[in-house]
Amino acid sequence: MDKKYGVYICTGCGIGDTLDMEALVDVPDEEGVNCTTHPFLCSKEGVELIQKDVDDGKVNAMVIGACSRRVNFDVFKFDNCIIERANLREGVVWPHSREKYPALTEDQKDDEEHFDPIQMKAEDYIKMGMIRVEKVSLPKPYETESFSKKILILGGGVTGMSAALDAAKTGYEVTIVEKTAALGGYAAKLRSQMPVAEPFETLQVPVVESLIQEIQGFSNIDVRTNCEVARIAGQPGELTVTFKTPGEKIPFDVPFPLPEEMLIGEDGKELDAEAAHAKYLEYNEGREDILQLDPNGELYGAVILAAGWRPAKIEGEAYSHLGVDIADVISNDEFEMIAARGKIVRPSDGKEAKNVVFIQSPGKKEDDADFDYAGSITSMVALKQAKYVREDYSDGKAYIIYQHMRTPGLAEYFYKNIQQDDGIFMTKGAVTQVTSQGDSLAVTAENTLLGENLAIKADMVVVAGGMVPATKDDPIINLAYRQGPGFRDNDIFGQYADSNYICFPYETQRTGVYAAGAIRRAMTIEESMEDATGAALKAIQCIESSNRGMAVHPRSGDMTYPDFFFQRCTQCKRCTVECPFGALDDDAKGTPKANPTRCRRCGTCMGACPERIISFADYTIDSIGSQVKAIGVPSEDDYDEPPFRFLALICENDAFPALDMVGMNRIDYSPNVRFIPVRCLGSVNTIWIKDALAQGLDGAILIGCKHGDDYQCHFMKGSELAETRVKKIGDALSSLALEEERVAFAEIAIDEYDKLPEIINAFVDEVEAMGPNPFKGF
Amino acid sequence: MTTENFAPVSGSIMVVGGGISGLTTALEAAEVGYEVFLVEKEASLGGRVSQLKHYFPKLCPPTCGLEINYKRLKDNKNIKVLTMSEVTSVEGNPGDYTVTLKTSPRYVNENCTACGECAMVCETEISNDFNFGMDRKKAAYLPHNMAFPQRYVMDPAMGTDDRDKVKEVCKYNAVDFEMEEKNINLKVGAVVWNTGWQPYDATKIENLGFGRYQNIVTNMMLERMASLNGPTTGKIIRPSDGKAPETIAFAQCAGSRDENHLTYCSYICCMASLKHATYLRTQYPEAKIYIYYIDLRTPGRKYENFYAKLKEDKNIFFVKGKVAEVSEEPGNGNINLVAEDTITGEKVRQTVEMLVLATGMQPTAAIDKPNADLQYNAEGFIVNDFSKGGMFAAGCANKPADVVTSNQNATGMALKAIQTLVRR
Repeated sequence: MDKKYGVYICTGCGIGDTLDMEALVDVPDEEGVNCTTHPFLCSKEGVELIQKDVDDGKVNAMVIGACSRRVNFDVFKFDNCIIERANLREGVVWPHSREKYPALTEDQKDDEEHFDPIQMKAEDYIKMGMIRVEKVSLPKPYETESFSKKILILGGGVTGMSAALDAAKTGYEVTIVEKTAALGGYAAKLRSQMPVAEPFETLQVPVVESLIQEIQGFSNIDVRTNCEVARIAGQPGELTVTFKTPGEKIPFDVPFPLPEEMLIGEDGKELDAEAAHAKYLEYNEGREDILQLDPNGELYGAVILAAGWRPAKIEGEAYSHLGVDIADVISNDEFEMIAARGKIVRPSDGKEAKNVVFIQSPGKKEDDADFDYAGSITSMVALKQAKYVREDYSDGKAYIIYQHMRTPGLAEYFYKNIQQDDGIFMTKGAVTQVTSQGDSLAVTAENTLLGENLAIKADMVVVAGGMVPATKDDPIINLAYRQGPGFRDNDIFGQYADSNYICFPYETQRTGVYAAGAIRRAMTIEESMEDATGAALKAIQCIESSNRGMAVHPRSGDMTYPDFFFQRCTQCKRCTVECPFGALDDDAKGTPKANPTRCRRCGTCMGACPERIISFADYTIDSIGSQVKAIGVPSEDDYDEPPFRFLALICENDAFPALDMVGMNRIDYSPNVRFIPVRCLGSVNTIWIKDALAQGLDGAILIGCKHGDDYQCHFMKGSELAETRVKKIGDALSSLALEEERVAFAEIAIDEYDKLPEIINAFVDEVEAMGPNPFKGF
Repeated sequence: MTTENFAPVSGSIMVVGGGISGLTTALEAAEVGYEVFLVEKEASLGGRVSQLKHYFPKLCPPTCGLEINYKRLKDNKNIKVLTMSEVTSVEGNPGDYTVTLKTSPRYVNENCTACGECAMVCETEISNDFNFGMDRKKAAYLPHNMAFPQRYVMDPAMGTDDRDKVKEVCKYNAVDFEMEEKNINLKVGAVVWNTGWQPYDATKIENLGFGRYQNIVTNMMLERMASLNGPTTGKIIRPSDGKAPETIAFAQCAGSRDENHLTYCSYICCMASLKHATYLRTQYPEAKIYIYYIDLRTPGRKYENFYAKLKEDKNIFFVKGKVAEVSEEPGNGNINLVAEDTITGEKVRQTVEMLVLATGMQPTAAIDKPNADLQYNAEGFIVNDFSKGGMFAAGCANKPADVVTSNQNATGMALKAIQTLVRR
């Protein structure tokens, strides 16, 4: 693109009143770039003025010096133009007032004593904006070589079938893969299902049969039973899938990365790359490499993981007081199977079980938690199963001993209905012991609602085991990704394939693969079906966005993607390892292969690359680096006591909006800091910091999201990686005889705008106490 | 890249309610490629969650997700946002609805730059509903500092003098008192009702003394106090004297699971009170916190872990019992409460400096029923009829739920709406 530059500066909202506009306009003028000012740039007239210049072919790369890029984002939008916003309002004139920093008199302007920190900041922002538009280009959407809109669903239970129906009804082709011989999953084994609609009275016939029948009416749903996925290779829109019979060993079984302990050699040292690769090949002998595409594989666009759960095993010392070794002490799963076969009878002797105790919490008096993996399901299942006892025996009695009856929301109605049954007794209590007593069982409990201690004689005892997600045992999705076949970080979520995000519950670290149902957390049938619909939407959305060459959430619509200058790649593998989404695979030599539709455009690879060969069309090492270099660094040649200069690289998603709030609230902080918003702190390449210090800036601070298990980073790992990189830079600085403290890292949440000025000022004060950067002026 | 369209776009979707669930439905549908009208009755989007300091259990600010959503919204040409607008009627059938909207005048046009000059000169003050009337705001106001759209509102209560002043001070000709209520007609193929919930009116729970005694507040009021942009800039204090409370009690199920009020469980109040205990603990390391409950509904690994952490705090006491009576101690504003400890059977009497009522959620549709062919349950939640299709309820319009569940549901209902538009 033949760039035609222009700068537009708004003088409204206090900008013109605070700044010396003539001097500001001189900045682009001196570069030979036309600069236009307007008293109200976001008005219809202001926007028309810019649009006219665009239409007349006068400008296609512009800097708009006005409000924050978060504001009027939709107003200052001109097709086929590169636009950079210089934040003169929230970033300059709102936080820094003339009361605090009086304007210079004409005499003061020329002496070597006085300077105007507000004007300096504004001029720097215009310069930084100008260099950026020079360095970036317009994105061109990525096109895959082939494209499929088919959706692959792993799991033929209620969740998988619901997802299939919803996708099929929207017009998409679907394949359901079920490893057993028939559709239905666990729900097919139930006697009854909990009521889900008013009046919540009677138990219902499981929904499974009607779903199976409905599926048969759809020609765009392909059902494959006795089948599982050996591997899924490639990227959304063109995923190559290899199917196999469960248990079968085939060359396209996905290879697994070496477990960490195998990376250590006999001498106790870490293996070198070559030895590690040899060991990896040995470990995966008989399996094709991940980059080897199966010629007989089938093409899919996106995947829904609906592999469900298995009943938890209640065994071992922790549960011995519950008599779990006794034949008639069984789990809720075993009870359901008995109930589904017919009348409730005892496993030990087949006798009728008319008095049944349901135990909801194992922790005695010490702990009121439910069994692991319980959720609220085990409470509801106990209510349902108590009802079975009553269905089978008019003189039957069911006792439910709970710590907390968990029937949240409208499920409360079901609880209330069960309370009406005079053969079902429910009490809070801590079960202390279950023992065998002659022909029956004795259950004792304390702290009950029915009196201090409770002793019940029972025919059978049922313990409320939870729902263990299938991902605890197996990655299932078997992705042919260099980072490994499963979702990363499931250990944070107790092995559920759950999302870390409250606002964005379908987010996973594997683009185009969406989990639904009980594999995410314990869910009822109704909740699983609802979840399946949402996952189907996300799969469809990913396919449509990939087909348009656009990123999915959180940078929805972004058309850029990483571009590699391979000639300079040293095969260090850092980009492959650090990408939070596993978007990069590398070959035997370690050269990365990008999979742009897996990519979420955070730029972590760009930040990781020591050779600085990765860039995006509108976000490059050079574009940010040049912005850093555009920051004016006054030295003793300019002023007797030159002001310090600081660089702040700030996360555009959270910390930057918080900084806007600081401006909106007119809170002052050191005007000597220049802020550059970045896609994610993960994209920060340490070269920017090194260059900043080398050119005489006195310090640099990175401000990003909170990390840890409850990370708030929208790209999972960005701020964490940035902090690690900052720590490493410290060594490099000390070798230059620069204090490590000149580079800092801070975490902030979007709502903590009150803390931001303190953080900035504390950093500035600390560095100022060290004195100026000795490289200044060189 | 193929150009074939499996999901032909025909007609558009109306989403009623711009809270977290409405935003989710609207964005998820728009990012598939459908045209969406997002209708919000308030002056800014964000709904109930924009009043929250933190979400449980991550204790992260809702504005973080809202910010991303607003960015998605601004980036997407498929969505048209209509604020200060209410649906007056919906007629027609799935695939072909005629909607009438009523838009109230903001008295501020799109020229507004949110510079804030008008608020500086305006002298009229009105009760601040965003903070449940705990403070007052200027009649020329930005709903809150993260408001989207970021544009001021002139309250009709503003006097003539003030009207002249704000008009004069606005350099951008953004104030326009000639604006009138407008009716808009839309043709849409599907409607998703994300009308959300209202905190149950605590004055109706007569035995719990709200409105009679100053130091009895609701959980949502506590939430606003704890928020940096709230009436006390983040400080939780006693309303009567501004004192830092040393003993605070929470009455769970205030109006929920109660035959005289809301018969269902409101889903979020247990976790909300536990979250509030973390706010109090951060501000007051020594304060004693008492939580009176029937059952603690903290199901699932994440919630159970959150509860487990609080159980380690020696100054948080969990009492199984429902608060039945309250009175005010003369002179000092302290609250005497009586509850029955359901385990010991004894009556517990306790004096606390502040009592928080964990009031539940009432569906907005129970208070303000949409003029549309919808089914409701006895409590006013909208019941989805998937066999009929066309119109769906999502989030807390459909059932009491936390934010995660609401957003799952809101995402799913976007697909149900799309299905209505797809010709098969």
